[in-house]
Amino acid sequence: METVLELDAVVKRFGDNEVLRGVSLSLHRHEVVCLIGASGSGKSTLLRCANLLETIDAGSISLFGQSLLDERVDPDLVRRHIGMVFQSFNLFPHLSVLENILVGPVHALKRKRSDVRDEALDLLDRIGLRDRCDDFPDRLSGGQQQRVAIVRSLAMRPSLLLLDEVTSALDPTLVGEVLDLLRDLARSGTTMLIATHEMNFARDVAHQVAYIDRGILVEQGTPEQVFSTPRHESTRAFLERVR
Amino acid sequence: MSLGTDVDPSVTSPSMFASRRSRLLRGRRGLAASIVSSVLILGGLVAVFYVAPGGATVRYYFFNPHDMWLSFVGNPSNGLSSVGIGLLTNLWIFLVAELLVLGFGLLIAWTRMSRSPVLLPFRILATIYSDVFRGIPIILVVLMVGFGLPALQLGYLSNQSIAVYGCASLTITYSAYVSEVFRAGINSVPNGQLLAARSLGLTNASTMRRVILPQAVRTVIPPLLNDLISLQKDTALVSVLGVVEATRAAQIYGSTNFNFSGYTVAALLFLALTIPMTRFTDHLIARDRDRRLAQT
Repeated sequence: METVLELDAVVKRFGDNEVLRGVSLSLHRHEVVCLIGASGSGKSTLLRCANLLETIDAGSISLFGQSLLDERVDPDLVRRHIGMVFQSFNLFPHLSVLENILVGPVHALKRKRSDVRDEALDLLDRIGLRDRCDDFPDRLSGGQQQRVAIVRSLAMRPSLLLLDEVTSALDPTLVGEVLDLLRDLARSGTTMLIATHEMNFARDVAHQVAYIDRGILVEQGTPEQVFSTPRHESTRAFLERVR
Repeated sequence: MSLGTDVDPSVTSPSMFASRRSRLLRGRRGLAASIVSSVLILGGLVAVFYVAPGGATVRYYFFNPHDMWLSFVGNPSNGLSSVGIGLLTNLWIFLVAELLVLGFGLLIAWTRMSRSPVLLPFRILATIYSDVFRGIPIILVVLMVGFGLPALQLGYLSNQSIAVYGCASLTITYSAYVSEVFRAGINSVPNGQLLAARSLGLTNASTMRRVILPQAVRTVIPPLLNDLISLQKDTALVSVLGVVEATRAAQIYGSTNFNFSGYTVAALLFLALTIPMTRFTDHLIARDRDRRLAQT
């Protein structure tokens, strides 16, 4: 299988605080990898490093075998291939739902507005929010906003999606609809790196689960391996706590 | 005694929480109360002009309808400028300065917030600029620019009318203030917005233009309008250079006719300009607050 994203011995420091301490991870096409671990373990930072929102201090990152740390690499071009969805949705409050989806393809990819518009409406149709296309984000529920945010990144036709605890800011009753959308995406072969606290979801959807503890990738394996027969004591303790 | 709260049933009654005072201030009696209090307070303020020992003098020298009218229309054959026409000078100085201030202010804010290493000297200059011109009284800037620039004999730059130097001084000072307002606005946009825009592959400039600035401008409109109201009033300061605008015209009328009613006219004219803007600003602030409350 083709390797999409490859992180090798990535180190990231914020001042004296070493948040990532040599993390290696690879993601293949059509693969879903779930990152689990306590808050502050470095999951979010890892995702941000992956699309160059943070510059790493050591190690390497490559996309389709091409190093992203090369000086000639334009981060803006890289990010057009990598979708990212955030815990707090981060929809643009001054733009309608439809405009939120159009802004990337139209202004970053310079595609024709009328073409993208039809695609965007189709995407909204798929999540059942086509009739809300002219509403502003604050008129939508949290779950609806997060689904729009997911669709916004899909409209860029990314090669992979990074999802950063996308259900953590949601009311418990709204978590289901977002996870259902992610399940759909996984089923249709979307390549995803998902930081999550939803263990049942990770068990269902992930091909690989990686447990991160204080900036170190402690163990990685199939959901079955990691959840049922964790090899490390800290993994076991973590799973015990969240269960 | 039992643990917890307990109320003696005899002290509870339907009117237990009703206050006599709150009922007085509601309904028709409330309306009457507000009318009476308004008449007393406002009437009291006006009465000061009548009971003060010098009341009659002040009424004659500042509120004389005859002189107010004469100073308003002026008398060109007498070489007497009109306060009304003078206000037009204030108005154009304000309008030109306003547009320039919005442009320069944004430019300075943008420069100060840029991260590019190439722009470092500009960043330093912009910082010094906003520190210096927020720290010097406007009237000194007006005097230094108004008398200094012509003295430099820089050709075109030194051959402008004094009103232009006045306008330039206001632009210089207010750009410094307004750049800080813009900077605060840009800083008020949550970092998540920047991350979301950049993760969509938008360039730094596109992110500013499509995502950050539209949100920043919305939050800074009330403070921005406040600065523009001040700018409108401060156009009176160019009178120190000898520009015959409303204040100066009133001053000339005063010293020729020994009556200061022209000042009152100028004040009223300035009010006519600024009050719609202050009301509009308050309206925006109230609307903003309502919207925020509706969201939570």
